[in-house]
Amino acid sequence: MLRNATESKGIYVCGEVRKGKIHSVTMELIGKARELADKKNTEVTCILFCGDIIDPPEILFSYGADRVFLIKHEKLTYFNQEIAAKLLSYIIIKYMPEIVLAPATSEGRTYLPAVAAMVHTGLTADCTGLDIDPENGLLMQTRPAIGGNIMATIKTPEHVPQMSTVRPKTFRIPVPSKFYGEVIIPDIPENVFESRIKVLDMEYNSADEANIQDKEIIISGGKGLKRPENFSLIRELAELLGGGVGASRPTVEAKWISYPHQVGLSGKVVSPKFYLAAGISGAVQHLAGMQTANKIVAVNKDPDAPIFRVADVALCGEINDILPRLIARIRKEMKI
Amino acid sequence: MKIAILVKQVPDSDEIKMDPEKGTMIREGAGNIVNPLDLNALEAGLILRKEYGGEVSVLSMGPPQADIALREALALGADRAYLVSDRYFAGADSWATSLVLAKAIEKLGPFDLILAGEKATDGETGQVGPEVAAMLDLPFATYVSSIVVCDSGIKVRRTIEEGYQTQHLVFPCLVTVLNDINEPGMPTLNLKKKARRAEIQIFSSQELGIAKEEVGLAGSPTRVVKIYHPKISRQTEFYSGREIDKGLDQVVEILRDLAVL
Repeated sequence: MLRNATESKGIYVCGEVRKGKIHSVTMELIGKARELADKKNTEVTCILFCGDIIDPPEILFSYGADRVFLIKHEKLTYFNQEIAAKLLSYIIIKYMPEIVLAPATSEGRTYLPAVAAMVHTGLTADCTGLDIDPENGLLMQTRPAIGGNIMATIKTPEHVPQMSTVRPKTFRIPVPSKFYGEVIIPDIPENVFESRIKVLDMEYNSADEANIQDKEIIISGGKGLKRPENFSLIRELAELLGGGVGASRPTVEAKWISYPHQVGLSGKVVSPKFYLAAGISGAVQHLAGMQTANKIVAVNKDPDAPIFRVADVALCGEINDILPRLIARIRKEMKI
Repeated sequence: MKIAILVKQVPDSDEIKMDPEKGTMIREGAGNIVNPLDLNALEAGLILRKEYGGEVSVLSMGPPQADIALREALALGADRAYLVSDRYFAGADSWATSLVLAKAIEKLGPFDLILAGEKATDGETGQVGPEVAAMLDLPFATYVSSIVVCDSGIKVRRTIEEGYQTQHLVFPCLVTVLNDINEPGMPTLNLKKKARRAEIQIFSSQELGIAKEEVGLAGSPTRVVKIYHPKISRQTEFYSGREIDKGLDQVVEILRDLAVL
């Protein structure tokens, strides 16, 4: 929608509810939205779609939400992108928010683009920085491009709402402070819940395949491990540190490990506190998926491996010698 | 079954080297390739054609030289290739790109199924698939790692954070795929020869019936206002040979600082 044609106001955050629990990315986004809203002197509304909810939505007030729109419907028990898109479009057209923020999860990255098309506005994917332009009050959306080698700041000058999907774990969850707000149950016409898509089944990951994007620690292996069995070293170290197991594209292509583990542009982009890459030379497409990690340790035989250039600690030598030594050293430290 | 595949030509990220001093990309010498996930989309289309018959068309928006990407798709077995190309398309964001592709699909269709890669390795937004679907009012699914035809539609398996979700979509619909859906095939010599000579139809914005103001930069709701290279400044501490033990101490130190140990 064109900005001039309408009056828009307020910042809306699309929350995410998984298995009845409010996902932490919701609080991260509310915290950021509060900051932005204070600069614009406006309100923060969080929209929750769910089949059922265990967490009380009132907890969101303490992170900065002024209002929560709670939409409960049996058709929302499992994610359906068509219904989610119709629902958010309906809310946008009815309430005219000026800014809409959603998590850049598989859900947000799926239904938000459809909403952008439906309401004719811009959408910036995978933002890692958000601010308000002091001159004109527009949302400045910063996102990494070419996997973090370039940062681009993007604006939506003439359309509303200005919409972004935001990478989880980008913004800190604020310390809970104020405790009041309003839970609103909006009236949604029943046809919004009609869909040409039917959810048939949901299989949950094994603990091993759990989403590595949620992990604070990731230990990744590459072809330098030489043999698929040597991934056991990666798994052992990951388990020891309570982290997830990552992998380079060549190891996934060679079927050494399954796709959910793949880190890089064609796999998952991760930003953990600690990332260890063993036997990964560091193709740009891999570096792009991990170079924003807080601390990076690389183990590689080749002293000129590009991975060393993004590492805090470079351990150059035989992986099958260094990893067991590192594991032993950490065990000693942990006294196990 | 009539199937359309959306493909994009992208710079080959495996060939891009980094300037270690400036932390910028050196694009010279890097060639262009078909976006890898689009090859998975094409392969998925070819597999369905083998089983159910029909036709696979590939469609790309890009500069005239994007015909190379389309010829590669023909060499892999696509039946037809179309390029939408116009100098007014330059600078398009995902909204303006999707509008052009949606109009082209309307003109060339109807299709039972439209397939695309989940995202392109250059822009990485993953937005064009769902936006095209919404503009055409089609049901769509993303992050798909398997497609089975059933009950006047398809059953898809989506790889999401928590696991796998299976959905049924009625035809016509649009699906974006991940790379674990299949292994893209290799071009045959025969098809390669044919692809080199094949005629690729090119459509301009006028032929698609879209106004200049609706496409390219002019039709894009978003504007890039600043681009910068983040300086990734890490003081790499390098250890090898006998120094490795010191390096391991350093790793332990980091883990302590992060309160992991």
